[in-house]
Amino acid sequence: MIKSGFFERNLKYIFPLPALIFVIALMVFPVVYTLILSFSEWTLTSGRPITFAGFSSYLKILKEPRFLDAVGRTFYFTVGAVAAEAVLGIIIALILNREFRGKNGLKFILLLPLVATPVAVGIVFNLFYDPTIGFLNYVLSLFHLPQSGWVTDSATVLPSLMAVDVWQWTPMIALIVLAGLAGLSSEPYESAKVDGASSSQIFFRITLPMITPTILTAVILRAVDALKTYDIIYAMTGGGPGYASETLNILAYKYSFEYFNLGQASSILVFLFLLVLLFSLGVMRLRKRFEL
Amino acid sequence: MKRPLHRKIGFVVIILIIIIPMIFPFLWMFLSSFKTQVDIISWPPKFIFSPTLINFNKVFNEQNFLLYLKNSTIVGVLSVGFSLLLGLPAAYSIARFSQKRLSVLILVARLMPGISFLMPWYIVFSRLGLMDSYTALVLSHILIALPVVVWIMSSYFEGVPREMEESAMVDGATMQRAFVSIILPLSVPGIVTSTTLSFIFSWNNFMFSQVLSMEKTRTLPIAVYNFMSYAEVDWGGVMAAAVAIMTPAIILTMIFQKYVVKGLTMGAVKG
Repeated sequence: MIKSGFFERNLKYIFPLPALIFVIALMVFPVVYTLILSFSEWTLTSGRPITFAGFSSYLKILKEPRFLDAVGRTFYFTVGAVAAEAVLGIIIALILNREFRGKNGLKFILLLPLVATPVAVGIVFNLFYDPTIGFLNYVLSLFHLPQSGWVTDSATVLPSLMAVDVWQWTPMIALIVLAGLAGLSSEPYESAKVDGASSSQIFFRITLPMITPTILTAVILRAVDALKTYDIIYAMTGGGPGYASETLNILAYKYSFEYFNLGQASSILVFLFLLVLLFSLGVMRLRKRFEL
Repeated sequence: MKRPLHRKIGFVVIILIIIIPMIFPFLWMFLSSFKTQVDIISWPPKFIFSPTLINFNKVFNEQNFLLYLKNSTIVGVLSVGFSLLLGLPAAYSIARFSQKRLSVLILVARLMPGISFLMPWYIVFSRLGLMDSYTALVLSHILIALPVVVWIMSSYFEGVPREMEESAMVDGATMQRAFVSIILPLSVPGIVTSTTLSFIFSWNNFMFSQVLSMEKTRTLPIAVYNFMSYAEVDWGGVMAAAVAIMTPAIILTMIFQKYVVKGLTMGAVKG
């Protein structure tokens, strides 16, 4: 028999313990703290102590048009950007799913946007978008099209920001789908060929159903991240012009660190958690269902 | 099977349509970093110009860029190091004892928006006098790196056959001994993947340093952003700063390409 000491018998508790303590201290505790603050009234700069205020922060936030607009924008940004990324990513993956010379180099190029620092990416795109010196208005002028204000115009700011997100994260969906395609077994394809199926039949009847779980997981993970988009928006517009690109994350930041209105900031944050939690549950459900 | 020539050309054209939009922003950033302000704001945009090093000179000599570079490196290395120390045993335990609840908790840490921890951290760290300290920054960045390590390594450890450590234990080694001397050496590819990715995520993080650091511990993303906040944007300077911040991440990606692809496609994406 293998001799086992105290350490060994309790390995399953000892090994994860440091990580668990860390996560509880730096994640669980802050979340609980925020939850408590959301039921209180506390403005750091006022010098008054924290007071219990029930649901008043939530009621104030729900009556605040900036909050409701931010919720709408966050959904618009997430759904729009991720839908475009999914479609483009799947198309790119299908195109690249064959052997050709330079495939590895191409994969490297796909990785570049993924590892690029978002703040710097935002600033580079600001140079593209600049209404007077930007490259994009130059391209428009070549085709005699009307100039756009891009991120400086409240009508075009959100689509312009979404385009940056699409540029940066489409490769992720492409790479995930590509990995999914590489793992497919060739059997169904062989029998489909024997049965004389057309290539569109093969795609819609065989390929698509087989990679749907991969696509769904990629899309939901991406959606959770898009929901949290902060860096590029903050760097490119700071939520402006006016409030035209203020998403929940930006609004929560301003309530916390510009207005120091911690009660209302916390109720915005609690709303954001719930949203992310809902999506996360979706991720876990899917993982269970498809055993990913 | 040989493809006809016109289909080959068609394929090349399609590939170019994919590549050019991916590359162009990098190319434009790179070119602009060697332009004078006059060349940058000239209309129409210039592709041909006489290059200058004035922007890089400004970034590295007039700004405190070397300090920020050092800060980013310290914070990245320490937070990844601690994340491996905490995360490897946890991931192993999740894999061997199927600790679902723990893995869900860590997954939640990966999915939660960073802003939701930042306000409590801000309050606690300022009470403890830890604002603008490496301690606060490293702690916050561990929360970025740890989920990446645990996520990637737990599925990696699941793939390591149990017989490996069982045979070591038959020979009298303890389980923790088998973990260190048998399992970890077998898992180097996974460790490389999670180290590279979590370092890049820490390197790129903007929000945590934005709130927790000031002049002394400021990291690169904040320094790059601060270039924008002058009345008239010094585009050349910003572009040189952007080149400087992206180059290390791109070099890491070049060296560890295979591992980065693997880590990203496992779904453990972005800190």
